[in-house]
Amino acid sequence: MTELTKLTISEIRAKLADKEFTALELTEAYLSAIQTANEKLNAYITVTADKAREMAKASDMRLMQGGARPLEGVPLGIKDLFATEGVHTQACSHILDAFKPRYESTVTTNLWADGAVMLGKLNMDEFAMGSSNETSYYGPVVNPWREEGGNKDLVPGGSSGGSAAAVAAWLCAGATATDTGGSIRQPAAFTATVGIKPTYGRCSRWGIVAFASSLDQAGPIARDVRDAAILLKSMASVDPKDTTSIDIPVPDYEAAIGQSVKGLKIGIPKEYRVEGMPAEIEALWHKGIEWMRDAGAEIVDISLPHTKYALPAYYIVAPAEASSNLARYDGVRYGLRVPGRDITEMYENSRAAGFGREVKRRIMIGTYVLSAGYYDAYYLRAQRVRTLIKRDFEQAFEAGVDAILTPATPSAAFGIADQEMNADPVKMYLNDIFTVTVNMAGLPGIAVPAGLDSRGLPLGLQLIGRAFDEETLFRTAHIIEQAAGKFEPKRWW
Amino acid sequence: MSVDIDTVKRVARLARIAVDEEDASRMTGELNAILGFVEQLNEVDVTGVEPMTSVIPTTMKMRVDEVTDGSKAEDIVANAPQTEEHFFLVPKVVE
Repeated sequence: MTELTKLTISEIRAKLADKEFTALELTEAYLSAIQTANEKLNAYITVTADKAREMAKASDMRLMQGGARPLEGVPLGIKDLFATEGVHTQACSHILDAFKPRYESTVTTNLWADGAVMLGKLNMDEFAMGSSNETSYYGPVVNPWREEGGNKDLVPGGSSGGSAAAVAAWLCAGATATDTGGSIRQPAAFTATVGIKPTYGRCSRWGIVAFASSLDQAGPIARDVRDAAILLKSMASVDPKDTTSIDIPVPDYEAAIGQSVKGLKIGIPKEYRVEGMPAEIEALWHKGIEWMRDAGAEIVDISLPHTKYALPAYYIVAPAEASSNLARYDGVRYGLRVPGRDITEMYENSRAAGFGREVKRRIMIGTYVLSAGYYDAYYLRAQRVRTLIKRDFEQAFEAGVDAILTPATPSAAFGIADQEMNADPVKMYLNDIFTVTVNMAGLPGIAVPAGLDSRGLPLGLQLIGRAFDEETLFRTAHIIEQAAGKFEPKRWW
Repeated sequence: MSVDIDTVKRVARLARIAVDEEDASRMTGELNAILGFVEQLNEVDVTGVEPMTSVIPTTMKMRVDEVTDGSKAEDIVANAPQTEEHFFLVPKVVE
């Protein structure tokens, strides 16, 4: 029965329709896999077994009576950032202690309406602030991947580390995730899974705990490109409850898979060749270029001159927005309250006890750059630089480029409690150097597994597209997937 | 620009986060590392460049001005640490 958990969503869809097994059997297989693995991987922070069985039974009814929906009976994991009615929703923070929303996020509402089954809530960096899933109040997630012959625990990346680890370790068929600076694509690259951050405005942000509102976007992490397309189709919608939700119909992303890339122009930005990047990543990038060329795409060198300023601009814009969004955690309306002598001390004590170190650091930076006298020098300047970053991309696309190919991350997965990363916050931030530009410009980006390094750890490539042209990303990522093959961790857990 | 420990304490007060001497001193180092990193933005010529307000050009949507929601006092206070009859309870704020 354990093999059921190895099926992709497209396989599940076909086999459930053929009555090879029931949705309940599939859900039970996942629940038992979680029970065995979770103590070691810590991917789930809460498992909703009863709810999962109930939803699976309802799917079986549908499958029996006809009228199966697009994700009928597909067991999914949900990042703890998504509000799920009556179920643990804490953004993996202590400050949202015991919070159980009375409402459901739009993205998860869409998934349940399409017949998906909720297995539970997934671990993540606290408030999605981190690149290693080590800032979670619930402890780090362990990457199912290990070095060849080694037994050192590695990080799964972050902030959607639980989502990526659960998908890679066969603990859910697919997962929801969110990406503010690389939080879908970097963990996907670290775990040999596929992750897409769609265009800003494609998925509703309603009911997703806010980190940096002008950058946050939801997207799926999946086992392959097709599954990512199937999931995004369900997650995306036009939502009157989110004013930044864009009024464009959601296309059938799956239909783009398998389409030829002949004649497509793929841009290779020279600024992504950064100092200190491992030779293996450079080599993998070249392989990706060859694969695209072999498939008939035209390769063109491009320049995105403001690339190096994206990360510093991000570390002004994102903390500024976070400091404002996180002002709501005051010990009054929900979550943790720590008493004080007066109301101000109650606020200060609650926030000191409730927020972790990385979250406090970002609130402090954000408060500082927005404070009187510094706003122009920091925040306004960063937003002007952001305009320039976006303009770089616009010029490339205007010149006829259809998609841009880059490495997904500057390294493979690193060890948990890495001393260098812990000693220097900026070092950790550099993980997002290739992904953050995409958030700053609001564009879609997909990370697709492309190979293993000499230690046997996964590496990914990223494709960046025009706004609302996710279809070209699925089309091109599929070429890489077919050329590179799929990668699975050895089960040690 | 760099910050000293007194600035860090002032910012912590603005952010309503209690810090002790040790926290403030650690944060001073961390904040200065980050502020040092973002300093490179000063190299960029931003003359005449409009600050970004929205990544996707869009006009704010309008909706009909009608009541579509409400009467959920129970739901709204359900997660509060202390409530009484649909009110949030806070420490006394006026003498």
